[in-house]
Amino acid sequence: MIVADKKPIEEIIEYLKGKQNILILGCNECVTVCEAGGKKEVGVLASALRMYFQNQGEDVKIDEVTLERQCDHEYLEEIRDRVDQYDAVVSLACGVGVQFMAEKYHSTHIYPGVNTCFLGATEERGLWTERCQACGQCILATTGGICPVSRCAKRLLNGPCGGSTTGKCEVKKGDEEIDCGWQLIVDRLQALDRLDEYETLCPVKDWSTDRAGGPRKVIREDLKQ
Amino acid sequence: MRLQYPTNIKVVRVPCTGKVDVLYILHSFEKGADGVYLVGCLEGGCHYNSGNLKARKRVEQARKILDTIGIGGERVRMYNLSSSDGPLFAKYATEMDEKIREMGPNPIKLAKKKKAA
Ligand code: SF4
Ligand code: SF4
Repeated sequence: MIVADKKPIEEIIEYLKGKQNILILGCNECVTVCEAGGKKEVGVLASALRMYFQNQGEDVKIDEVTLERQCDHEYLEEIRDRVDQYDAVVSLACGVGVQFMAEKYHSTHIYPGVNTCFLGATEERGLWTERCQACGQCILATTGGICPVSRCAKRLLNGPCGGSTTGKCEVKKGDEEIDCGWQLIVDRLQALDRLDEYETLCPVKDWSTDRAGGPRKVIREDLKQ
Repeated sequence: MRLQYPTNIKVVRVPCTGKVDVLYILHSFEKGADGVYLVGCLEGGCHYNSGNLKARKRVEQARKILDTIGIGGERVRMYNLSSSDGPLFAKYATEMDEKIREMGPNPIKLAKKKKAA
């Protein structure tokens, strides 16, 4: 899923200074699961903002709505008849939802309420980790189901590099050591008794489907109408 | 055991402190509460295993939010006691009452009054 994290309330307050009618708009999908932008988080943010403005002696109306999704026309249409009454909408959807919202409704300022982080998994409640960078040409079949594009700091396709020491990458996140993605791949292939596959060199990858080629599209003529 | 505790405290009963959501706490302040405290069972003694630990986390979340928006995180507290410990319940109530009196009323109420005047 798409993993997002809450934005600090201070930052959101800054966007909203001087606004009178505000809609906090949540999304029922990924951001609900990672507890950053679902109905609950909409309620918490709205309540905090109401109290903040009341405490400042300002009359600000803050409404709460959570849509099934914000990345599909049909769900965004549900607020068409009311969106004009707001001078600001804080969307707690991922960056896709915020943009789709802003593309559709031009009469209102749309602000992001979360920081969209990556495509990842819920390891446990409160811990999400990256798994995929949507490179557009999945090679998991040859890497024991571990993605070198997202798990190797250098995105190497034939690793590990010389910086791999006792299973750890030479790149650190602050003080925190990270596993060498390629050590994980080798260990996995070994456990699967497929280490011979590791001998096969991965050919040059077609990166034109990756982000470097600019914004991407998936076109399905079999589905288009 | 006829124990006294401050009469300005409204007890809201929940099946377990784990039921208390951060929204319950925030909404209490929105409605004018001067302070909110949770009284849970002793840590390690929750009948649902971790309800009181979850409650403590939510108290921390609420505190952080109330500090950010200038209401004062100290207005929210978590207490733990054994469910048969009446004297401690009364002691915590008195302690909370004193703490909130020290801090004064919920600033939202004051802001509203100021505006109405
Ligand atoms: S190889 Fe590409 S598509 Fe497959 S998991 Fe890695 S980044 Fe995602
Ligand atoms: S040490 Fe491993 S994870 Fe780090 S850059 Fe080298 S191959 Fe990639």
